[in-house]
Amino acid sequence: MLAFLLFTLAPLLHAAWLSLYDWDGLLVGRYVGLDNYRALVSDPDVQASFLHAGKLVGFYAVLPIGLGLVLAGVLTRHPVRGMTFFRTTLFLPQTIAGVVVAQAFVWFYAETGPFNRVLELLGLGDRVTAWLGDFDWALTYVGTIGTWVTFGLCMVLFVSGTQKISPSLYDAARVDGAGAVREFLAVTLPGLRNEIVVAFVLTTINALRGFDVIYNATSGGPGNETYVPALVMFQNAFRYNKVGYSCAIAVTLAVVIFAVATLINLVAERGER
Amino acid sequence: MRTSRYERITTYTVLIAFTLMVVYPLLSIVFLALHRKSDLVTGFAFPWHPDLSSFTAAWTQDDGSGGPGFSTLFANSFIVAGTVTVISAVLSIGTGYAFGTMRFRGDRVVFAIVLLGIIFPYEATVIPLYYDFQSLHMLNSLWALILPQVGQSVSFGTFWMRAFFRSSPKALIEAARIDGATSFGVLWRVLLPQARPALMTLSTLVFVYTWNEFLLALVLIQDSDKQTAPLGLSYFAGTARAGDPTKVAAAAVLVALPIVVVYIFLQRHFIRGMLAGAVKE
Repeated sequence: MLAFLLFTLAPLLHAAWLSLYDWDGLLVGRYVGLDNYRALVSDPDVQASFLHAGKLVGFYAVLPIGLGLVLAGVLTRHPVRGMTFFRTTLFLPQTIAGVVVAQAFVWFYAETGPFNRVLELLGLGDRVTAWLGDFDWALTYVGTIGTWVTFGLCMVLFVSGTQKISPSLYDAARVDGAGAVREFLAVTLPGLRNEIVVAFVLTTINALRGFDVIYNATSGGPGNETYVPALVMFQNAFRYNKVGYSCAIAVTLAVVIFAVATLINLVAERGER
Repeated sequence: MRTSRYERITTYTVLIAFTLMVVYPLLSIVFLALHRKSDLVTGFAFPWHPDLSSFTAAWTQDDGSGGPGFSTLFANSFIVAGTVTVISAVLSIGTGYAFGTMRFRGDRVVFAIVLLGIIFPYEATVIPLYYDFQSLHMLNSLWALILPQVGQSVSFGTFWMRAFFRSSPKALIEAARIDGATSFGVLWRVLLPQARPALMTLSTLVFVYTWNEFLLALVLIQDSDKQTAPLGLSYFAGTARAGDPTKVAAAAVLVALPIVVVYIFLQRHFIRGMLAGAVKE
């Protein structure tokens, strides 16, 4: 408890305090009020980073939830042999360090890497490129890494949710002659309401705060094509020595995350009534 | 009501397709790591003559290519992850016991603050932490990594152990009390022996999170002999990826290996903990 207060809450207040100063980390800081916040609104790197974070929500949250739902829907139809194996494998990416995931995908998407070999086999040899270094595609391919990491978590979450749905609902749907799709829409999807909200909050937060994979896979490049907020914060603090400014980005990020999490919960509660 | 044969085939096709999607990038880097430096690997190259020289090279780093060997980095990571796990387990037993079985003034407010710590984006605290530890002259020490992570882990640990203590039967506690056990005696002799599965899940999860942590180490550690395994991998990949891809791949596999082994043996604990961690939000 004390440790938590000392090392989590205190630094946040410290960050809020520092964000009001123009400080290089060494000399005496100068109080500048909200100037740092005014500056970050018009900073193209900050704008790009939050825009990218928004796009990454599609890959880190929406897409994995969609895939997780499809898998959960498929798995409710009948018992599957080797379920433990499938579950363990699909969840595996969650357990691997972001740094390692980044190394795997840097190789996977490299110009001579395995992904391009698949493209060649499919007759798309003329499309081969270093995907994470491509100005048009880097952010998308970084996003696919997020999808790869997350969809297994969503699936496991949804499958455990479907086990709480009363089997009589499924029996009723089948007696009524509902097919796989009807059954999914009428029974599984409504039954997973809470799990979907939880998954959406969790994965959206992860999309917004992401750092490890991007720092190690692209360092924000090429250009600023894959800048994300935590990365811009890090660079300002330790590369450009703009500590006060970097803290302003940190506080903004924390506020955005809390706001988005609250908003999703509010919308979900309203929808329930 | 039976499902059709056609549908069963669809199910397994979907599952196998997704499994391949997960496994293919991972196997790619494992296969790359099983080659020699001199093999010019392209694509998904099956190692027909598997070779561990890249692994031993990464483990010792004795060719003078810079950076400490992964044996050193592993020792650091084990110290950090092990210490964080033990301290936060002990603290979480204490706080979880208090929140789970006792009522005290302001307990709801304090618990709400603890919960805040779980959803908290710790990225936002890293920069002030750097300057706090600088003024304490604790940069470049493993304690600078241990203490903040204990703070984060105890948030979740409190939540987790509180749920366990709440679910343990009240009659058991009262019976022990009547027999004259102190509050500590109840915890030590009656409740803890039953808490082993819950503690196991908590410890696994905390260990894995701490082992995988990257940003704190990146910010707080500069000395190369104090780096954790993921941090060392990041620096090493930055300098050696172009020149020696098989060794970088081997290093990456090494960093993931202990966690994957733990995961495969304890996957039930692991998934249960992660789900609880998700649902509490």
